[in-house]
Amino acid sequence: MSDMALDVGALSKRFTLHLRGGVSFPVLEDAALVLRPGECVALTGPSGAGKSTLMRCIAGNYGADSGHIRLRHRGAMVDLVTADARLMREIRAESLGHVSQFLRVIPRVPALEVVAEPLRLRGVPRAEAEAQAAALLARLNLPERLHGLPPATFSGGEQQRVNIARGFVAHYPLMLLDEPTASLDPANREVVIALIAEAKARGAAILGIFHDSEVRARVADRLHEVRPLEDAA
Amino acid sequence: MSPILEGQNLALRFVAVRALDDVSLALWPGEVVAIVGESGSGKSTLLRVLAGLAAPQAGRVLYHDADGAAQDVHALREAERRTLMRRDWGFVHQNARDGLRMGVSAGGNIGERLMAAGGRHYGNIRTAAAEWMARVEMDPARMDEAPRNFSGGMQQRLQIARCLVTRPRLVFMDEPTGGLDVSVQARLLDLIRSLVAELGLAVLFVTHDIAAARLLAHRIVVMRHGRIVEEGLADRVLDDPQHPYTQLLVASVLAA
Ligand SMILES: Nc1ncnc2c1ncn2[C@@H]1O[C@H](COP(=O)(O)OP(=O)(O)O)[C@@H](O)[C@H]1O
Ligand SMILES: Nc1ncnc2c1ncn2[C@@H]1O[C@H](COP(=O)(O)OP(=O)(O)O)[C@@H](O)[C@H]1O
Ligand SMILES: [Mg+2]
Ligand SMILES: [Mg+2]
Repeated sequence: MSDMALDVGALSKRFTLHLRGGVSFPVLEDAALVLRPGECVALTGPSGAGKSTLMRCIAGNYGADSGHIRLRHRGAMVDLVTADARLMREIRAESLGHVSQFLRVIPRVPALEVVAEPLRLRGVPRAEAEAQAAALLARLNLPERLHGLPPATFSGGEQQRVNIARGFVAHYPLMLLDEPTASLDPANREVVIALIAEAKARGAAILGIFHDSEVRARVADRLHEVRPLEDAA
Repeated sequence: MSPILEGQNLALRFVAVRALDDVSLALWPGEVVAIVGESGSGKSTLLRVLAGLAAPQAGRVLYHDADGAAQDVHALREAERRTLMRRDWGFVHQNARDGLRMGVSAGGNIGERLMAAGGRHYGNIRTAAAEWMARVEMDPARMDEAPRNFSGGMQQRLQIARCLVTRPRLVFMDEPTGGLDVSVQARLLDLIRSLVAELGLAVLFVTHDIAAARLLAHRIVVMRHGRIVEEGLADRVLDDPQHPYTQLLVASVLAA
């Protein structure tokens, strides 16, 4: 199985809402998915089916109840379902990139620093990290006057470009993209499509959720349908 | 690699309450961990026991020093423990008055700690004090003023400078922004965030401010009634909380 970038199997995830009288519902049951280096797989399925939940489980942002999520980290396949917080942090710094649907802004931290942070975590010197961050923001047409400002007051599209730059600035072998083009104009959409193509060309595996069917058709090598559980049953 | 600090099965009971009820917790080098929970849940007690300031009735605290040797913190002789606290650790109290010497000048508060850790040369110490005042965004020209001349937020900065000047490996903070105005809190959090990242410190801090925990912490520990009810990666604990009490904590923030 040495040619796998991601191997998800028997994955289950349910939510229990203790403040709603303990109501509990499954979202993923026995989910399985494999990604190989250099390919892009698009998750499809109706809204609420569990696409983001699956992606967040892989990102470590949600905890899976059972099953496995193996990815390549430091030359070995490592299971995220049982990884502790410290290992998860190391994996996020080195092996797993995630562009979430919305930028989680760090108050008062300028866009340039937000984008440079993944490189800084890898020990890249500040000047070099910020130069790469600035180049990528420029490529995504974010005006230079915004680079020094915190993204909290940016428009949705501007925040999304900061988020995308943060995800692509460091090169991860596996990337998760949750609707990366949702609020972008056509020119910036093209930039994102090019960034995805470049990442694939260097061997990165990409798992994405793309609402825009044209984008999906251009970047995805394969589709993977996430079905709502009542339909699947 | 081993943890820098380990609390094992800690228990401490006051007359009517179990402040710590079989608590175990490990902190790793370079890791920032937030202890959250409502008032009275045992957060400060846990911090004080881990920092050697209060003795547990059961369990032990192990500190792994820079040479890799494990030290049983509460079994150390008083003098050894004080050396450890001066040389390797820092403690930032909620009230600056508990962490500063109010009768000593601002610069003296920083320099004194440097001297206690073995600094000798007066000129160097003054220079280091001025540098650290600047680093925590205080005016070094005011280094001869008494702490009481400064605002609450500035006193907290001074306490942080006093704590970090000796380059500790491990820092404890108990509600470092508690009791300050919201805008002052925000700027203090920014400062702590950038210093901690720059210095690669291991930090254990107590807060009841969930936003501060999300901002600063790699990992979050949730306490209730003297026990850890949930712990894990900061964003996971906040976005996918499992324990009813954690769900309540997170929901009350969203509603606020
Ligand atoms: N943190 C959460 N807590 C409770 N329920 C959640 C949480 N995240 C997602 N869900 C629920 O899981 C289901 C799947 O949602 P999601 O994964 O966002 O679907 P999709 O991305 O396919 O639209 C929905 O019913 C949603 O309400
Ligand atoms: N020195 C003490 N003597 C008696 N009771 C104490 C003492 N210190 C703390 N307590 C009690 O122990 C419990 C935990 O307190 P503390 O650790 O300060 O909680 P927190 O920091 O979470 O607010 C509380 O019920 C508190 O009243
Ligand atoms: Mg979604
Ligand atoms: Mg307290």
